[in-house]
Parts: sequence; structure tokens; C-alpha cells
Amino acid sequence: MSRFVYADNAATTKMSPVARKAMLPWLEDGYGNPSAVYRIGRDARRALDGARDQVARAIGAKTEEIFFTGSGTESNNWVLRGICERLQGKGKHIITTMIEHHAISRTLEDLEKQGFEVTVLPVDKYGMVSPHVVRAAIRPDTILITIMFANNEIGTIQPIAAIGDIARERGVLFHTDAVQAVGHVPIDVELLKIDLLSLSAHKFRGPRGVGALYVKKGVKLPAFITGGGQEKGHRAGTENVAGIVGMAMALEDAVQSMEQNLLYVTELRDKLIAGMLQLPAVSLTGHPEIRLPGIASFAIACIEGEALILMLDAAGIAASSGSACSSGSLDPSHVLLSIGLTHESAHGSVRLSLGEETTEADVDYILEQIPPIVEKLRAMSPLWEERVDA
Amino acid sequence: MYSEKVMDHFANPRNVGEVPNANAIGEVGNAKCGDIMKVYMRIEDNIIQEVGFKTFGCGAAIATSSISTEMVKGKTIEEALQLSNRAVTEALDGLPQDKIHCSVLAESAIRSAIGDYYKRQGIDPEPILGCAKDCGGGCHHH
Ligand SMILES: Cc1ncc(COP(=O)(O)O)c(C=O)c1O
Repeated sequence: MSRFVYADNAATTKMSPVARKAMLPWLEDGYGNPSAVYRIGRDARRALDGARDQVARAIGAKTEEIFFTGSGTESNNWVLRGICERLQGKGKHIITTMIEHHAISRTLEDLEKQGFEVTVLPVDKYGMVSPHVVRAAIRPDTILITIMFANNEIGTIQPIAAIGDIARERGVLFHTDAVQAVGHVPIDVELLKIDLLSLSAHKFRGPRGVGALYVKKGVKLPAFITGGGQEKGHRAGTENVAGIVGMAMALEDAVQSMEQNLLYVTELRDKLIAGMLQLPAVSLTGHPEIRLPGIASFAIACIEGEALILMLDAAGIAASSGSACSSGSLDPSHVLLSIGLTHESAHGSVRLSLGEETTEADVDYILEQIPPIVEKLRAMSPLWEERVDA
Repeated sequence: MYSEKVMDHFANPRNVGEVPNANAIGEVGNAKCGDIMKVYMRIEDNIIQEVGFKTFGCGAAIATSSISTEMVKGKTIEEALQLSNRAVTEALDGLPQDKIHCSVLAESAIRSAIGDYYKRQGIDPEPILGCAKDCGGGCHHH
């Protein structure tokens, strides 16, 4: 079987040709250190400035509000640890949700051990947090609200504008982990009243290992990595020029073609969802409409996710699952449990995430390959036998 | 990373399904933990004439079910009771550390089926088998 269908774009994406092309000079003759005063150093510096401008424009920020980092995870760590350090005199309370990425949740667990108090808000069956619940959780000692823009497992998009309004009105800083959303859905940090935002290049067809953090002007964040004076002394270390340039080009490209991509990918996703829901005992996870264009996620009763992923792999399809076996942990995904799935159902989760390069033929192929695989696994499953007998 | 042997047994599992006129049926694991193995045997003249399985679980769970049924087929009860999770793991050219649990489950499933056979013969399996390995409850790391 030589056919390959990549349906794991939420894990990472294939680099866009424009990003790749933009990077090449900086991997070749453009090797100057951006801090150097001579020509090739200045050239690299100019490239960084241009990239910062591009990233800022893509999210409605000002150039000086963008800091480059090494990943979305790093951006999240910087915000959480930095705000806690800076504002601990004012208060030690942070608000978050049950469905955050580990880059947020585990960092907060760490901060809890250091004496910070974290309120973890529940979500509804679609994985949506209620703005009213956010409002009610704010206390005089609340220093930060951190709520993801869109979820990586089930695709649900949060009511960010409403939360931004509340946070601004109450004078609490608002951070959003927008790693899955940036480059896929429109984002304007001014309009949405976002104070801090994390993004990661490899989720929008830039290179892996580069990210950025938006820090609203006036918000003071301490240095995260000390050393040389890079990133205004806030994130020292010689810059990954090629990676940063690739990120900026990929993002600019993604924003320019967003309207068209959004329509195209959403249509493919909905076709995939409709096709999958034809199968018996399969349900959609996440919100049916308010979700990322590329993410189609399901709970398939009576089978285990890793087995399904391996069989899909044998058929040339790359996908992922939130089952315990796939995640290498004791429990299935916390996100799936948070939306009310039982452990059993969560073990049978699958996420198919599409992108601009996905074709309708790819979706047809997935829909052709999945039913016999599900049937084969169910024929082997004692749970399915019980269910059919019942 | 799975060995080729694991992938082979996962992709082409041997002895899938129920066995007609089974007189030994054992089930171990639970859905909450993400793996259940059910083993069916027809035992005659102290020999496992036929064996089959149904498994809900990951790649390693299916592969260990497949190979363990293969390893006890045609064997005497005493020989089958000698099957260890270690032997199952070795026969598969190894398992990732976090999947060793599946080989333990496979061993338990075989023993559980034999225990059922003893019960049907009016023999108390406890003194022979001891407490099945799975009786601790709670999810193992897998
Ligand atoms: C919502 C979310 N946050 C953070 C991250 C981490 O980003 P990175 O891989 O750049 O560290 C991811 C990616 O897996 C994600 O989906």
C-alpha cells in the first residue's frame, strides 16, 4: 500500500513551500549573528525585524509586542511562571480550565506546589467554558486567567471575546494558548482584549521548534532566559533566524489565504464527520459547529484507540488518539474525561485533523478504510459482543 | 516501538473468536483500564484442543492474546499453566516497558480459562492456581 494520507495536522504540519523557501538563505550564506554589527549580522537582524512585523500584523499586535521563543510550550511556561513571579505580591490565584494542554496544566501544577492557588473551571459536554463561570471565579487576588483559544483534541473554540471583556473589565490579565488557532481562524488581540498569547510555528505550516509570545504593551513580564541581550534581554540566546523567518512567512501566508482555507477545510471536515457518523456507535466529540476547521474527533465504542491508529497506519493513514495506550499514561485524555466521556469511550477516541493539502479523495479514502477496520476490531472485542447481545 | 513480531500478531492475529463447545472460558481486565481479554478453550483428555480469544485493547494486548493462545494450543493443562508473561514477551521479541502489563494479562487470561474448566469439573481452582494475578483491582500501568 503506497497511499499515504496525513490526517494529523493538529500534531504538526508539513511546512508550506513559501516558508521553506524563505528559510533557505538563512541556512546558507545568511549565517550572520543578528547581534553582530557587520553586514551579514545586520542582514540577519533586519530579517528578524521583518519577521516580528509579519507575526505582529497577523494577530493585530504591534511589532514590539512580539517575542520569539523556542516553542508553544516555552511561550506558555514563560507567561505562567513570569506572571506568577511578577504579581505574587498582588495575589496568588490563577484561573484556568480542565481542558488545557499539558504545557499549561502541568506548569500550573508546578506553580501550585510553589504556593499558588489554581481554580480549574469545568467545561460543558462540548468542551466549552462558560464566561459566567469565568466571571464568578474571579477573586480580588486573581492575577491571571489562562484559557486556551481552541482545543487540540476536540477542536472546540472558546468564547474568547466574552472572556476578554470580563477580564479587562475586572482588571485581570488574560492569557490564551492559541497554538491550535493561530493561522487557522481570525484572531485580533486588540479586538479580543487578549493580554498575552502563545503561538507555535509548526501548527500553521512553519518549522518545528519555533514559537512566539505576544505581550501587550504595558504588561510587564520578567526575563525567562537570562544571558545576552536578545529579545530585549527577556529571552536570551542567539536567535533561530531561519526558523523565525519561516514562522513569519508561514503565518503571513496562512492569514492571507485564511478565508479560502477555512471554507475548504471546513467542508472536508464536515464531509468526514458526516461519513463517520454513519457508522454504528460512533459519536462526535467537541462542539458540532464552533470548532477548528481541521479537527474531526470521535469516540468509537468498544474499540481501543491505539489499535485503531496502528491499523490506520497500516492502511497509510496517519491519525491520533487520546486513549491511555496512545498517550503512554494510566488514564485516557483528561480532555475527553472532562467533557463527560466514560473511560471506556475515551479509550476509543480518534482524532483526524485535516489541512489545506488534504484532498476530497483523501477524505473518501479515510471513509473507505475506517469502516472495515472498525468492524475487524469490533469483531475481536468482547465489549462489542456484549453490546450487540444487549 | 513494537517489534515486527508484535506487529505481525497484531495485524494478523491467530485464533480470533469464540470456540464452539468451549468448556473453559476466562475473562480478565476491564474496560475502564482499556483492556479486556477473553479466552475460550475446548479441553479434552487434559489437552487444549482448541483455543480462541476476543480482546478489547491496544496493539500489544491483541498481539499477546494472539501469541499466548498459539503457545498453549495442543498443550496439556499443566504445560499451559507453566506459561509465563515473560515467555509471552520473549516470544514476541520483547514489548515496550509500558506494555509488559499486556503479557501479564495474557498469562492471567489463560489461567482464568483453565480455572473455569476446573470449576466446571467440580474442582476448586484456588489451591491449584492461587489468586489470579488480576485480582488486585485498579488499572496497571500499560
Ligand atoms: C493547545 C496546545 N498548546 C501547546 C502546544 C505545544 O506547542 P509546541 O509543540 O510548540 O511546544 C500544543 C501542541 O501540541 C497545543 O496543541
